[in-house]
Amino acid sequence: MAEYLLEVNHLKKYFKTNRGMLHAVDDISFRLEKGKTLGIVGESGCGKSTTGRCVMRLIEPTSGEILFEGRDLMRLNKKEMRAARSDIQIIFQDPFSSLDPRNTVMQTIAEGVKVTGKYKTQAEIEKRVLELMKTVGLAERLINAYPHELDGGRRQRIGIARALAVEPKLIICDEPVSALDVSIQAQILNLLKELQKDLGFTYIFITHDLAVVNHISDDIMVMYLGQAVEKAPSEELFRNPIHPYTKALLSAIPIPKVGASRGRIQLKGEISSPVDPDDECRFARRCMYTCDKCREKNPPLVEVSPNHFVACAVFPEQARES
Amino acid sequence: MSEYNMENKNPAEAPAGTDNILEIRDLTVHFVTEDETVEAVNDISMHLKKGEILGLVGETGAGKTTTALAILNLVPNPPGVIKSGSILVDGKDVLKMSVRELEQTRGSDISMIFQDPMTSLNPVFTVGDQIAESVMLHENCTKAQAYERAEEMLELVGIPRERAHEYPHQFSGGMKQRVVIAIALACNPKLLLCDEPTTALDVTIQAQVLDLMLELKEKLNTSMVFITHDLGIIAEICDRVAVMYAGRIIEEGTLEDVFNRTKHPYTEGLFNSLPNIEDRTAELKPIPGLMPDPTKLPKGCAFAPRCPYATDACIDTPQDRHRFSDTHFVLCSRYKEPGFRIQREEIS
Repeated sequence: MAEYLLEVNHLKKYFKTNRGMLHAVDDISFRLEKGKTLGIVGESGCGKSTTGRCVMRLIEPTSGEILFEGRDLMRLNKKEMRAARSDIQIIFQDPFSSLDPRNTVMQTIAEGVKVTGKYKTQAEIEKRVLELMKTVGLAERLINAYPHELDGGRRQRIGIARALAVEPKLIICDEPVSALDVSIQAQILNLLKELQKDLGFTYIFITHDLAVVNHISDDIMVMYLGQAVEKAPSEELFRNPIHPYTKALLSAIPIPKVGASRGRIQLKGEISSPVDPDDECRFARRCMYTCDKCREKNPPLVEVSPNHFVACAVFPEQARES
Repeated sequence: MSEYNMENKNPAEAPAGTDNILEIRDLTVHFVTEDETVEAVNDISMHLKKGEILGLVGETGAGKTTTALAILNLVPNPPGVIKSGSILVDGKDVLKMSVRELEQTRGSDISMIFQDPMTSLNPVFTVGDQIAESVMLHENCTKAQAYERAEEMLELVGIPRERAHEYPHQFSGGMKQRVVIAIALACNPKLLLCDEPTTALDVTIQAQVLDLMLELKEKLNTSMVFITHDLGIIAEICDRVAVMYAGRIIEEGTLEDVFNRTKHPYTEGLFNSLPNIEDRTAELKPIPGLMPDPTKLPKGCAFAPRCPYATDACIDTPQDRHRFSDTHFVLCSRYKEPGFRIQREEIS
């Protein structure tokens, strides 16, 4: 049996609002092997970032089980959780607001280095900071620079160096390249891939960009309104998408090739409200295949072929028949 | 339809002669402050035919938005200075217009759609009022007629006319962008400038908005300048493409010219930076380094420091224009050498 670094079971996060309970994350389960990357895709408001934050309890989950190396993070008290967080780090989307403007590159990265407790003297710390800067491709001369002096790509590299500083095992990347230009985006994606190869990190990669998620992930989970609608290895998902939402999402990607625009599946309407959703398929109102079965109850995620999970009342059966 | 319908500014009524709705010649825009001069747009020329969509691609700071603002004569001054050039919209130079003429032109002849629909609408007026406002300003009509026109515009962009009485916060992001498009098109402009109109939207919503824009182009024969950094969107909706880098158009051609017979090393670099959706194992080849500081542009080719094909001459002398066909040109000196070609294969 494969060894799982992270196992999340029935994770839920409900927010209380004036209109009722907002189901931001509704019963998400996944497992992640060491050294692999799980991509989470979905549109704004589908709960992908909340899921990422719940995993390290930056947002306190309503219920569920988060097994990290077999230990349930949900049972830890504040102090224990703080210690556990050195194993799990997060890289944020916006390198402009995620760095303290009053700290230099040195100060920002050193903070993480000190947490490990391995480096005592100032000289040791500085040596380690320089090492980390080299790892992420930041020139040594930038050590005393402030974030405002640097461009987006370099700031994101600081964000990555800061995450690496505490020597984590799992890194949650929350849209780390969305704010960057394509040529810089490619630099950062390559860096993340190299780091994984060399240092064996495990990633949860959250993004709305399907081309990016396909490039970097081993497995992909597609989320819609707080739930996973499809989960499969990347190649399988792109070759053989089953859920109507996944199909629509894939067909909507603009391809940079003349005449590549394929038959596009037009979705009607927009995402419905996640506040007190009815017990029906969350996608039923936008789906062109909706039938009575979809409105009876919310379909569970079932395995239709090895490692390929789909939550749809209509399609898995057709897939099996064919 | 009311009498203020699409037909009353039919393209056939435009003065005969030139085919070009937009003609920019030798435009240079700088931002001058006490300490430094930002060379945002440097000597660009481009044109746009009636009913055509021209894609303007480039990364942050390439000068795309400044170019669009210049077309509306909206470059903030100070610090913006239009150093030279002319911008003819339907034969008239916007840079020479009086304030009054500009007010007439903006919104009725030229409209602009901005990136963020959340901030381009006024939260305290209903969307119907906001569309009617632009109709009232430019057409000689009563308030009731303008409102009628507003409701028609909403239907045109796929929003039920009853929703004209609702406020922006009652609409989702994609719907708000449709409202913005409705305002831009309400006076049936000859030229529509779209500055990243779908960047803030989700892909499935983006697909809807792009389809809508193509449909409207068919229906109204509007000419568009479409600014984006997404080559996928360009491939989907543009007829011609201009690639900008450090304030210059470094490659221009038809969609097929630029995508299938790519010539400029920077354009090649952009394509190589994109993850290939059909081959997830394909390695990304990013362009090394960064865009040059626009206050200190090098005297030679601005891309030379990042260019794998650059020679010493590229770094020292400004790049030459090289033409491949009537439609296709690049700014790259290497093409002076016979037999020079970039790695990217031509697609037939």
